[in-house]
Amino acid sequence: MSDERTLDLLEAKIEELRQLNAVEGIDLSKEIVRLEEKLQHLRRKLYENLNDWERVKLARHPKRPYSLDYLGSVFEGFYELRGDRVTGDDRALLVGLARLDGRPVVVLAQQKGRTTEENKERFFGMPRPQGFRKARRAIELADRFRFPLISLIDTPGAYPGLEAEEQNVGATIAESLQAMAGVRVPTIAVVIGEGGSGGALAIGLADCVLMLENAIFSVITPEGAASILWKDKDKAKDAAAALQLTADRLQALGLIDGIVPEPLGGAHKDFGKTADALKTEIVRRLSELAALPESDLLDRRYARYRGIGRFVLAPIPTPDALPPAVDVARN
Amino acid sequence: MSLFKERQYLRIRVDREADDSLWMKCKACGELVFKRRVRENNNVCPSCGEYFFLTAAERIDSLVDPGSFEDLTERIVTDDPLAFVDSQPYRERLREAQEKTSLSDAIVIGRGTIEGIPLILGVMDFRFIGGSMGSVMGEHICRAMEAAMTERRAFVLVSSSGGARIQEGMFSLLQMAKTVTVRRRLAEAGLPFVSVMTYPTSGGVQASIASLGDILIAEKGALIGFAGRRVIQQTIAQELPAHFQTETFALERGQIDRVVRREDLRAELALALGFFAGVR
Repeated sequence: MSDERTLDLLEAKIEELRQLNAVEGIDLSKEIVRLEEKLQHLRRKLYENLNDWERVKLARHPKRPYSLDYLGSVFEGFYELRGDRVTGDDRALLVGLARLDGRPVVVLAQQKGRTTEENKERFFGMPRPQGFRKARRAIELADRFRFPLISLIDTPGAYPGLEAEEQNVGATIAESLQAMAGVRVPTIAVVIGEGGSGGALAIGLADCVLMLENAIFSVITPEGAASILWKDKDKAKDAAAALQLTADRLQALGLIDGIVPEPLGGAHKDFGKTADALKTEIVRRLSELAALPESDLLDRRYARYRGIGRFVLAPIPTPDALPPAVDVARN
Repeated sequence: MSLFKERQYLRIRVDREADDSLWMKCKACGELVFKRRVRENNNVCPSCGEYFFLTAAERIDSLVDPGSFEDLTERIVTDDPLAFVDSQPYRERLREAQEKTSLSDAIVIGRGTIEGIPLILGVMDFRFIGGSMGSVMGEHICRAMEAAMTERRAFVLVSSSGGARIQEGMFSLLQMAKTVTVRRRLAEAGLPFVSVMTYPTSGGVQASIASLGDILIAEKGALIGFAGRRVIQQTIAQELPAHFQTETFALERGQIDRVVRREDLRAELALALGFFAGVR
């Protein structure tokens, strides 16, 4: 099976042919059409049957659009607010005011870096306590002025480190969650790439939770699950399948509200189209939520989260207290 | 007893020796100690003072007024929504834990009194898949808070958990959101919540309900933190101090209110809850 790089190479070749085609006296149109069809066919074959691990890799793809890309196209005039007012400013979790279809909103956005330099500054997109405290500040701002709240989630998880633990990162996540649970405005969270554990969820408790088609959302990274449960880091592929972390599975499980489609091959193949689809969906969802009276909105959010969980009433199967098997047909 | 020894991190193995032996070997000091003495001593080693795990039942017994506890833990079990299989099917793992503990999951909730003060109590049991929080634990924590609201009682949660239960995937992660959502209502109802952190209070439990108490009390010997020592060292290979995430580490950094010895916890809770007696 061809991989993404081969297909990209083929695409580049077609482009070269197209330029040659412009030269007078050369007619390559037939070849171009044939190759384009072939490319399309191979792409479909490659991307329509992605396994979960390949999906994880796509969600982490280095060319994948990040929050700042969407902030520049889905929203207008992102006005960043910086700092947690205590210790610093986290560059992996950005907050600010912006306009969506002309109306002011508050945005919380997790941001990965593209270059080594940028990743150093952004801690590979892993927020620290500074970031979660800043998020809480922004949520309170949204509440005070009744600005709808939009979260863009894209993080491997909260940054694991001594300094983060010294600043009680767990409690800052808990407090961000608590603020999101009570904020008196419509809230929408979108997983645009990687939704990694508590660090992602901290800004993901919302009235409407969406995922891009190739995004993932998981309690733990497949690598982490593999090393804890399989005791073997190389079982990440198995773990990815077991965790059911893809958008379609999470929708089937009733844990998210919608999926925003991506072009074949992923959001980076046609960013404009992806951003348009995302904007349309956010605007539509927001207008639905904005129509609800505040108390209905909060009741709805309460019921949604209170109701999450899967269990059944069942006796405990202790070996000597198992109920005798009953053959219903015979009775 | 020194708090700064590495042994804090050696206690993950909770299986006691076979019950028919009268003696056990303390994992901290290596001393052979008489089991009944250990039990009578709140599962504290009579030789070196090391704390052993308490089961939920033992913990409840050590806290509430004799005969006052009424179990409210409905026998619900997860239906394994992901049909999760790792090196072992999750259903099998669950059944083993249930057989070992006679519990349906890793928490017991109920009503009782401590020195006459009525409360709703939730106690996690680390023997049950590391006290991890999945759908069932999340539900019980919420029901406990709801019972506290209905009966106008204080809520006390004793945590002993490694975090979210991986085998229930996103259902587990979302229990953080679920418990926090209900905790807000408890706060709005004006009822006190005392969170007791023991060994260990970590991961998704520490990053949600356990950190949101009106008062945070750590048992001596507790481990409190979000990302574990191993995760940090594997991810960023950082040197960590010996007393990393111990109760003293947490206290020095302003993360908890108080540190209490196991034998003093009951009196401590009575003292703390006493201030809120007039609130209801």
